[in-house]
Amino acid sequence: MTLQHYLVISAILFTLGIFAVLTRRNAISILMGIELILNSCNLNFAAFSRFMTPPEDISGQVIAIFGIVLAAAEAAVFLAIILAIYREFGSIRPNEVDTLKG
Amino acid sequence: MQPLSNIESLLYFSPEILLVIFAAAVVILDLIVKDTESSAVAHLSLAGCICVFATVLVTHFSFSHEGPVSLFLGMVQLDVFSSFFKVLLLLATTATILFSLRSEELDARLKGEYYALLLAITLGMFLMASSTNLLMIFISLETVSLTSYILAGFLTHNPRSSEAAFKYITYGAVASGTMLFGLSLLFGMAGSGDLGQISVRLTELLAAGEVAPLAVLIAITFILAGVGYKIASVPFHMWSPDVYEGAPIPITAFLSVASKSAGFALFIRFFYSGFGSSELMQAVDWTFMLAIVSALTMTVGNLAALPQQNVKRLLAYSSIAHGGYLLMGGVLLTPEGIGAILFYLIVYLFMNLGAFHVVVLIANEEGSEMIEGYRGLASRAPLVAWAMAIFLFSLTGIPPFAGFFGKWLLFAAVLEQGYYWLALVGLLNSVVSLYYYARIVKAMFLEDAGEETTQTSFSTGTFALLSVFVIPTILIGFLNIFYTFSNISVPVIPMQ
Repeated sequence: MTLQHYLVISAILFTLGIFAVLTRRNAISILMGIELILNSCNLNFAAFSRFMTPPEDISGQVIAIFGIVLAAAEAAVFLAIILAIYREFGSIRPNEVDTLKG
Repeated sequence: MQPLSNIESLLYFSPEILLVIFAAAVVILDLIVKDTESSAVAHLSLAGCICVFATVLVTHFSFSHEGPVSLFLGMVQLDVFSSFFKVLLLLATTATILFSLRSEELDARLKGEYYALLLAITLGMFLMASSTNLLMIFISLETVSLTSYILAGFLTHNPRSSEAAFKYITYGAVASGTMLFGLSLLFGMAGSGDLGQISVRLTELLAAGEVAPLAVLIAITFILAGVGYKIASVPFHMWSPDVYEGAPIPITAFLSVASKSAGFALFIRFFYSGFGSSELMQAVDWTFMLAIVSALTMTVGNLAALPQQNVKRLLAYSSIAHGGYLLMGGVLLTPEGIGAILFYLIVYLFMNLGAFHVVVLIANEEGSEMIEGYRGLASRAPLVAWAMAIFLFSLTGIPPFAGFFGKWLLFAAVLEQGYYWLALVGLLNSVVSLYYYARIVKAMFLEDAGEETTQTSFSTGTFALLSVFVIPTILIGFLNIFYTFSNISVPVIPMQ
């Protein structure tokens, strides 16, 4: 496995994430898309840290670990907001949540 | 400049530590005080802001002779630039707490969390203004974002508030994910997370032809997505009108001023001090992209504001437009431009918070945020109407108010660099903006409320708070004659 393999996989993950966010009609699927985006970044950081920096420098892997933590925090907040949305609107489809516009 | 170790850094980090202590104290006090009507929690957080304010000043004046100090092994930096933004952000937080005390929207049972989150978001913004490492940049940005999602959706019984939070987090999460991807590319190219080292290594690699300029440009564009979403620039502005309309008014005021200021702090730190060396600018040309974004941002903001009937939404679009004006100063990353941005942020803080204070007052009085609610305000409460008129004219940029001087500096910085078309777009936009600001003034002064006019009486505290915003809005511009703000950035922000 070379650096290119990891980068290609992470680029695919990132694109899939963006695609999911843009096309999915369900808030949970959008959240999954966002998780894909964040994980592609973590993969990038870990791969770059392994191939591009000296072995004793693990700053990239540390960033990846923080990325995982932040993704979890974001998922928690997102799910809480989805719950609030469901209580108010009775639906978690973004196109039905549209009282604010103009 | 050798970075200090973790233990040595603590003393320099005391404002942030104090903020954490006060945020925790607010949560604990909320558990102790059972009376839901009590405002003890709000007053504790106010006291916290004042203590932190004093600590910021003490820290600044005791250590500024050492020059910029790099803390926590190069994670954050204490310099004049970060102290400037800390003062600015604390002013915004203090004003927001005062607004929240007066606003009738908020649920009394949840006040403890509300104020603790406000202090936490201030901590995140402090870090945004001072971080010099990719990891710290991302963590501080996420701290601010996650907290503001919760605060935007704080009115749990109000569907508009929940919807605002939902839209905010959907846009925000994608934007910050995109930014993280850009940061990872940058990290990979430079092999380091430190802004100073990235600048040095990228310059070397670009000169040696080992890194393609296009790759750097792509990474920068991705990073601009995250920064652009924080300062609500086109095309990442879509969240802002909905969020500003649905969020509680004090939070809207806070987001429009503090979040934008912190975004600009990050923007300047990243692009000017980390990326602004002339070799890098020559190799990778992104200034034209920024100029286009700036022109589009102000035009879209102003045109969309024209038909608005809801004052909160109108101010949201106006805030997008002001983001465009501010970006204008950052286009060429000259010291004059950065100085103009810093000055305009001070001016913008006072005039925009003042306008939102009036919106809070009217919302309490009328229960409405629509322009109709402002009809006949001049006869009902002349002082409030005059204050609002001053804020709106200052936002337009009409002399002699501070907004005029702020815009003048921004335009001067752009003209100096020969971007004449950008200055022209900015000028035309200011003219357009007069139309929608004047609509509110017209409703206040020229239209009748309909029913018999009763004098609305506001408390002395209200007027005192209002004058805190009115007086700087009138006077700050004249300070510029005695003290050239355009020079402050030169010692303020060191090149890495």
